[in-house]
Amino acid sequence: MYKRDTIAAISTAVGDGGIGIIRVSGSEAIEIVDLLFKGKEENKLINSTSYKAHYGHIVERESGKIIDEVITLVMKAPKTYTTEDVVEINCHGGIVVLQKILNLVLKAGVRLAEPGEFTKRAFLNGRIDLAQAEAITDLIRSKTEAGLEVALKQLEGSLSNKINDIRQDIVSLLAHLEATIDFPDDEVEEFDPNQLDTRIGGIINKVEDLIKTSNRGKILKEGIKAAIIGKPNVGKSSLLNALLREKRAIVTDIPGTTRDIIEEVINIDGIPVKIIDTAGIRETEDVVEKVGVEKSEDLLKEADLILLVLDASQAISEEELDIVKKANDKDIILVINKVDLKEEIELGDIELILDSKDIVKTAAIDNEGIDKLEDTISSLIFRGDISSNSDTLISNIRHKNALDRAYGRLLDVQKTFQMGLPNDFITIDLRAALESIGEITGDTIGEDIIDQIFADFCLGK
Amino acid sequence: MKEYDVIVVGTGHAGCESALAAARMGFRTLALTVDLDNIGLMPCNPAIGGPAKSHIVREIDALGGEMAKNIDKSCIQIRMLNTSKGPAVHALRAQADKKTYSLEMKKVLEGQDNLDIRQGMVVELIVEDSIVTGVRIKTGVTFKAKKVILTTGTFLKGEIIIGDVRYSSGPHNQFPSNALSDNLEELGFDLKRFKTGTPPRVDKRTIDFSKLEIQPGTIDSIAFSFNNEDIDNKLEQRDCWMVYTNDKTHKSILENLHRSPMYSGDIKGEGARYCPSIETKVDRFPHKNRHKIFVEPEGEYIYEMYLSGFSTSLPVDVQVEMLRTLDGFEEAEIIRPAYAIEYDSIDPMLLKPSLETKSIKNLYTAGQINGTSGYEEAGAQGLMAGINAALSLKGEDPLVLKRSEAYIGVLIDDLVTKGTEEPYRMLTSRAEHRLILRQDNADLRLTPIGYKVGLISKERYESFIEKKEAIEEEIKRLESIEVFPTDDKVQEVLRNFNSSELNNKDTLARLIKRPELDYHSLKEIDSNRPDLPYNVREEVEIQIKYEGYIKKQEKLIDKQKEIEDKKIPEEVDYNDIDSLRLEAKEKLNKVRPISLGQASRISGVSPADISVLTIYLKSLEREGED
Repeated sequence: MYKRDTIAAISTAVGDGGIGIIRVSGSEAIEIVDLLFKGKEENKLINSTSYKAHYGHIVERESGKIIDEVITLVMKAPKTYTTEDVVEINCHGGIVVLQKILNLVLKAGVRLAEPGEFTKRAFLNGRIDLAQAEAITDLIRSKTEAGLEVALKQLEGSLSNKINDIRQDIVSLLAHLEATIDFPDDEVEEFDPNQLDTRIGGIINKVEDLIKTSNRGKILKEGIKAAIIGKPNVGKSSLLNALLREKRAIVTDIPGTTRDIIEEVINIDGIPVKIIDTAGIRETEDVVEKVGVEKSEDLLKEADLILLVLDASQAISEEELDIVKKANDKDIILVINKVDLKEEIELGDIELILDSKDIVKTAAIDNEGIDKLEDTISSLIFRGDISSNSDTLISNIRHKNALDRAYGRLLDVQKTFQMGLPNDFITIDLRAALESIGEITGDTIGEDIIDQIFADFCLGK
Repeated sequence: MKEYDVIVVGTGHAGCESALAAARMGFRTLALTVDLDNIGLMPCNPAIGGPAKSHIVREIDALGGEMAKNIDKSCIQIRMLNTSKGPAVHALRAQADKKTYSLEMKKVLEGQDNLDIRQGMVVELIVEDSIVTGVRIKTGVTFKAKKVILTTGTFLKGEIIIGDVRYSSGPHNQFPSNALSDNLEELGFDLKRFKTGTPPRVDKRTIDFSKLEIQPGTIDSIAFSFNNEDIDNKLEQRDCWMVYTNDKTHKSILENLHRSPMYSGDIKGEGARYCPSIETKVDRFPHKNRHKIFVEPEGEYIYEMYLSGFSTSLPVDVQVEMLRTLDGFEEAEIIRPAYAIEYDSIDPMLLKPSLETKSIKNLYTAGQINGTSGYEEAGAQGLMAGINAALSLKGEDPLVLKRSEAYIGVLIDDLVTKGTEEPYRMLTSRAEHRLILRQDNADLRLTPIGYKVGLISKERYESFIEKKEAIEEEIKRLESIEVFPTDDKVQEVLRNFNSSELNNKDTLARLIKRPELDYHSLKEIDSNRPDLPYNVREEVEIQIKYEGYIKKQEKLIDKQKEIEDKKIPEEVDYNDIDSLRLEAKEKLNKVRPISLGQASRISGVSPADISVLTIYLKSLEREGED
C-alpha cells in the first residue's frame, strides 16, 4: 500500500447544532494535531491509546491564542473508518470556529480532502464493501460537480479578475524565464536582477492583498444569498431592518425610496446569510430608479433564496405574479407582510404557479413573525433545499488554502532569488505557485506557458 | 523470400536507432532505405543538441542508442549553453560535419550483426486481420516480418515549395513516398499535413567573413556520449559566425511578402511556431529591427554554409535579393535554395505508449511520421520503437519511460496522450520535473534500464556502477568532514570567496551549498580530497548544492507515484463506468491510457473522473480476489 498524504475536512453538516467535527486522516494525522492541541495533562496525542478521547484546547501556534475548547478522539490504524490514523476534533459548531481550526490544521501541512475522499480511502483500503463502490463514485461525482459549480459561480466578478490577473502575471514571468532557457541563442532579453525582483515582489503583493481580503471575511463570508423582492412599499426595507434589528435602510411610505441595493449579512444558526434588499421590480419612468430595478432583476437570477414580500392589505397584482414566474426555479419564501392591517390578500393565484409552499406572515414594522421567518430560512438550508451553502463554504476554504500555498511558494521564489541561485530554480517554485492558483481557477499548467512564450517573443530558426 | 523479425522502413535518425536496437537485442532485422547514400542524413541544420535536445541525446546514449556516439565522431564544434541558468538546463550543442555523420552512421549499421540494409521504396504494408506481416517495395518484392517499424520522416506525400513552385519530393530532393501514404489512409490512419522548412545554403567562397561576428567553439573536451567522457574530439574544431538582418533585408521581405506561399495560402500544412520563416518573424514582430542569423559550416569537405534563422519559402530571386542585403553577403551565391516541405504524418494519439499502433498489431511508428520535429526527438522514438518491438518478440512488457524518468518519457507521453497540432519539439519547459531530468545525470537515470533491456554492455555497466559509487562515496565523505571556526585556514578561505566566516562548526558539504562556494573552491581546506574525474566532481557538486530543491521535486514525484504506477487493464470498456462523464468516456476510449497517471493528463478527464476510475479499478481487483 502507498503511503498516502494526510487529509482533513469538516465532517459534520455545517451549522448543525452545537458540535462540529474536523476529521484528519493519514499517517501524519496524530503528529499534526499534536502541534495544535494542548491537552489538560500536557499529554501528547501520539502517546494515546486508540479510541481514546482527550479534553483540551486548540491553540494557534504563533500567537498562543486559544481558539476553542475541544475534545479530540484518537483512532489508530488500521481499525478506523479509513484504516489510516484518524483524529477527530470535536469543537463548538459555529462555522467561524470550524473554519479557523480547519485552517490551522491545513497550515500545519495537511491537504484539504477532496469531496468524498475519506470514503474513497476507506474503499481503497478495503474497509468498505465492494457493493458500495458505485455509490461512492456517484457520491464523488455529484459532490464534485456541485462544488465546482459553486466555485465557478463564486469566481465571477472581481475575485475572478484578481485571481486571473495574478495567474497572468505568473504565466508571463514564467514564459519570459523559460524563453531565455529554451532559446539561449535567440535575442530574448535577459532579466536584470532588479527587474526580476520587482516582478516577483509585485506578484507577492497581489496575492498578499487577496489573502488579507479573505481574512477580513469577504470570501469566507459569502454564505447563501437571499434577495428581498417585492413591489414598492410592501415593507421590504422594514423586513430587512427587522432581520438586522437595526435601522439602516431608509423606511418611508413613498414607493421607490430604496434606490440602492442594500446588502447585509445576518447569522442564522451559524450560517452567513447575505440579505439583499432591492428596489421594487416594476416598470418605471424614473431614470435613477431604473438602474436599481434592472439590478434587481439581475439579483433575482443570482440569489439562492428569494423572500417575496407581499402586502397583506392589497390584492395580488399582475406584477407580483410576474415576479413569481420569473423566480419559480429558486427557493421562494412568501412573506405576507403587514398582517397587522386588514387582510385583503388571496393566495390562490400564486399557489397555483408556485412550487414552494413556504409562507410566513409578518408585521415587520413590529418585529412580528421574524423569528418564524428565520426558522423557515434555517430549515430550508438544513433540509438541503438550498444546496449551495456548505459547498460554498468548502470552496471558500479551498480557495483560501490554495492562495495560502501559492503565497508560500512565492516567498520561496523570492528566497531563491535573493540567494542568487540561477533562474531555473526560480521557475520551480513559480510553477508550484501557478499550480496552486490553478486549483482555484480550474486551470492546469500546460500549453499556456508555451503559447505565451511564442506570443511574447520572436524565437526559433 | 527472406523472413525477418523486424523490418525498419527508413534510415533517418529514427530508423537507424530502431534498426540498431532491434538487431542488438538479438533479432534479425532489415532496414529499408530509399537511398543507401543518405543513411543518417541531416537534411536541415548541421547540429545536434541544444536545450532539452541534448538531454534527449544523452538519454539515448544511456539507454544504449547510437546518436551521441555518432555526433562525437563527427563534431566540428561543441559548446555548453545556458551555463549560468542552472544545471538542469545546461545544454550541449555540437556542430556536425554532415557527411561524416552520415558516413559514420552508415558504417555502424553495416557493421552490425543481425542487420541487413537494402535499398527499396516501400509502397505497401502487408496486413492480415489487422496484423502487419511484411512490406512490399516498388520493385514488387515483398519482405515478411514479425514486426514493422515505420520511420518515414517527411517522405510521405512530401512536397517541396519554393515561392510559387511546388513539386512532389522527399527531403533534399529525394524520391517522395506517395503510395505508402495512400496505403496508410486505406488502413484507416488519420493523416495530418505538417510543414517544415530549411534555409538557403550559401557558397562559403562568396561570403566576406571579415564583416561577420565570429563564434568559436569551446576548447573543453566535452562529449555527448557517456562512453566518450575521456576522449578528445576527433575532428578539427571549426568556427561559426553571426550576422544580423537589417532595414534593407526587412524592406525586401515585406515588399515580396505577397509572393510567399505562406501568405498566399498555398501552404496548408501546419508549421511549427518555434521554427518560423524569416518572413514570419519580420511580419509578426515589426518592432524588432534586426534578427540574428547564424552562419554554420555544413562540413569539412564542402563549401555549403547553413544560414540558421533564415529559413524561407519565398521565391529564389527574392532569396538572393534579401540574402545580399546582409553585411558580408553582398556577393553571396546560393548553392541550394531554401524551401518549405509539406508531408503527411499520423495522429500520434493512435499509438500506444510503446509506439505500436492501436489498430494494427506489430506495426510501430517513430519520428516525424508521429508529428514531431528534430533529429533528437526522432532518434529517441526510433530507439524506443526498436526496443519495444524486440521486447514484444521476447514476450516481455514494453518499456515505457515515465515523465519523471526521462525527457523521452515526457516526449512520448505528450504525443500519445495529447496529440499535437504542430510539429512537436521538445522544450525543457515541457518537463515538470526538469531538475531531476538533467543531462549530466542521464546515465544515472537510465543506464540500469539500458543494461536490463540488453543494449548496454556488461563492461559499460560496470564502469557506470563504479562512477555511481564514487559519487556516493564522495558525497558521504564531504558530509562527514567537519570544519571549525577555530581553523584559521578555513576562515581565510571563506573570506577570500566573500563568504561569511564560521561561528559554529559545519561540514564541507554544507559549505558547498553556499551560493558563492563550490566543490573546487574548498580544495585548500579539504586535504584528503581524492583525485576524481570531472563527471564525478560535477555530479557531487550538483547533488550537494541543490539537494533541497532536488528533494522537493522528488517529493512531488513521490506524490504522483501511486497513480503513475496504477496500471489500467487493456480491456477496460469505459462506457461501462456509469459515473464517468460522457466527454471523459470518449477521450478515455480514444487514448486508452495504460496508467491512471496517463489518464489524468488527458484533456477533458477531470480529477473526479480519476477518482471514479480509481474506485472502478479497485473494484475490478477485488472482484478478481473474491
